[in-house]
Amino acid sequence: MADRAVSLLEARLVVRRGEFHLDVALSIARGETVALLGPNGAGKTTALRALAGLTPLSGGFLRVDGRDLSATPPEHRRVGVVFQDYLLFPHLSARDNVAFGPRRQGVDRRTAHETADRWLERVGLTDLARRKPRHLSGGQAQRVALARALAVDPVLLLLDEPLAALDARTRLETRAELHRHLAAHPGATLLVTHDPLDALVLADRLIVIEGGRVVQEGDAATITARPRTDYVAQLVGLNLYRGRGDGHAVRLDSGFVLTATDSVHGDAFVAFPPAAVALHPAQPDGSPRNTWPAVLTDIQRHGDNLRVRLDGPIVVAADITPAAAAHLDLAPGRELWAAVKASETRAYPAGVPEA
Amino acid sequence: MTRGRVPPALLVPAIGGLIFLVLPLAGLLWRTPWAGLPQRLTEPGVVEALKLSLLTASLATAVCLILGVPLAWMLARAEFPGRRLVRALITVPLVLPPVVGGIALLLALGRRGLLGGWLYSTFRVSLPFTTAGVVVAEAFVALPFLVISVEGALRGADSRYEEAAATLGASRWTTFTHVTLPLVAPGIAAGGVLCWARALGEFGATITFAGNYPGITQTMPLAVYQTMESGDLDGAVVLSLILLAVSVTILAALRDRWLTAP
Repeated sequence: MADRAVSLLEARLVVRRGEFHLDVALSIARGETVALLGPNGAGKTTALRALAGLTPLSGGFLRVDGRDLSATPPEHRRVGVVFQDYLLFPHLSARDNVAFGPRRQGVDRRTAHETADRWLERVGLTDLARRKPRHLSGGQAQRVALARALAVDPVLLLLDEPLAALDARTRLETRAELHRHLAAHPGATLLVTHDPLDALVLADRLIVIEGGRVVQEGDAATITARPRTDYVAQLVGLNLYRGRGDGHAVRLDSGFVLTATDSVHGDAFVAFPPAAVALHPAQPDGSPRNTWPAVLTDIQRHGDNLRVRLDGPIVVAADITPAAAAHLDLAPGRELWAAVKASETRAYPAGVPEA
Repeated sequence: MTRGRVPPALLVPAIGGLIFLVLPLAGLLWRTPWAGLPQRLTEPGVVEALKLSLLTASLATAVCLILGVPLAWMLARAEFPGRRLVRALITVPLVLPPVVGGIALLLALGRRGLLGGWLYSTFRVSLPFTTAGVVVAEAFVALPFLVISVEGALRGADSRYEEAAATLGASRWTTFTHVTLPLVAPGIAAGGVLCWARALGEFGATITFAGNYPGITQTMPLAVYQTMESGDLDGAVVLSLILLAVSVTILAALRDRWLTAP
């Protein structure tokens, strides 16, 4: 991806806490939104807290706009944080919540209220300015929290699972609106999420962490096309296998060989979507295909289709239509043949990290 | 009850406990010489003792709030060595018999005491046997109640609000005044009421440290005791009833205003 000239945020966050060890390098350019994606316990929130100054760094560094902030207390960092459950002060109205930051920066009450009113207008909540947080809906509270974080004019905006507490419908609207505000934010933005959709819609770039380490980094297209761990593969809905490539054949550790149209040598990944897997009652004919006998272990609804899990020489997820399922008489324990065209797989080297 | 019957093994002792608490109060009401009540109420000594009691208990509560809330905050929020020891020390006055507390106060703040000697020689201030001494004795006994209940409230409050305040640029002090205090206000009010009630009923430490001088250190509990000792049971009953009525009225009023959850 294109190298941004100057990064506003440059950091290597090292936090040791008992068994857990976070070590993540980050850089975010002015106006850029980066999503930190990872499973529960990967260290996403710890990284966010370290950036905000709420969790001290055990090592590494943190520079914002060339200034070293690693030892600066949170109140002097000029970060705006939208917490997962918003943490709006329950004793203050929406307006006073938003005015809280400007007031702490030494602005007088009237100017702070004007700033707050302007932000509430931008998030479309002018009518609710006098309400206490407990009288706001989840989506409204989320918008107040965003306005409160932005009202301090932060260099670095941090969002911790900003949409996780919302119901599906509110999430859809709020996501679109959040996208608008993040695009308008001139500083750097870090979005912590476990929802790949949030990351894909809201972020310019994705950083995936697992067990406190970065496992993959890049733009959405690269990550969705070429996952490098099972977690990322599952996130983007691909079957992923690792083995040794020798031209078009990739031999897995189990000895099973997958054929791809891409040519790879050495340590390599092979990925293909569940929809690429065809199921047959008996061994199919035709040579350019990967075929293997499989046993069905699980069936679940997946959108309009069914997603089935198959055991065999490789464990694989396959998407099939309900009609096909009825035709194949699918039930757990059913023995089938699975087939994947070589042209629907993608093979890529595992050794070299994405540039 | 939606989940079946109350087990008799719990019900019987519960009723027993209730009777045990209510019966003495009933006894008090039963013995009250209602006919002479209005006349007794206007006796100068009674009004004086009641005023002194309310004044000293309120001042003691103020002292406890000023000293106790920061102490509770330190225990709940700050990390410092020996915090467990400090918490243990705070509970000592709680289990100490108040008379012993009074003697301890004399040894510390008496004219020849640890700090009292210096206070007297430097400022000519002597606390024992003064109204201020009553306040000190009451505050000493009541402070642990406030600290423990406010610390509980602070621990129960979500400290992440304070983190949110810090990210918005609030110093620790501003966070305390603008976020922490409003969040735990109901807990502080509850602790204050508990503290006030304890100070109002204080007897042992007060009589030991401050003595029993009408108009200066004789609070209601001391007046009750003295009247009883002089053989005037009816008088003691009336004084007790007044103390009871005043404290119950005030507590009930505060309960409605402060102690209802928001």
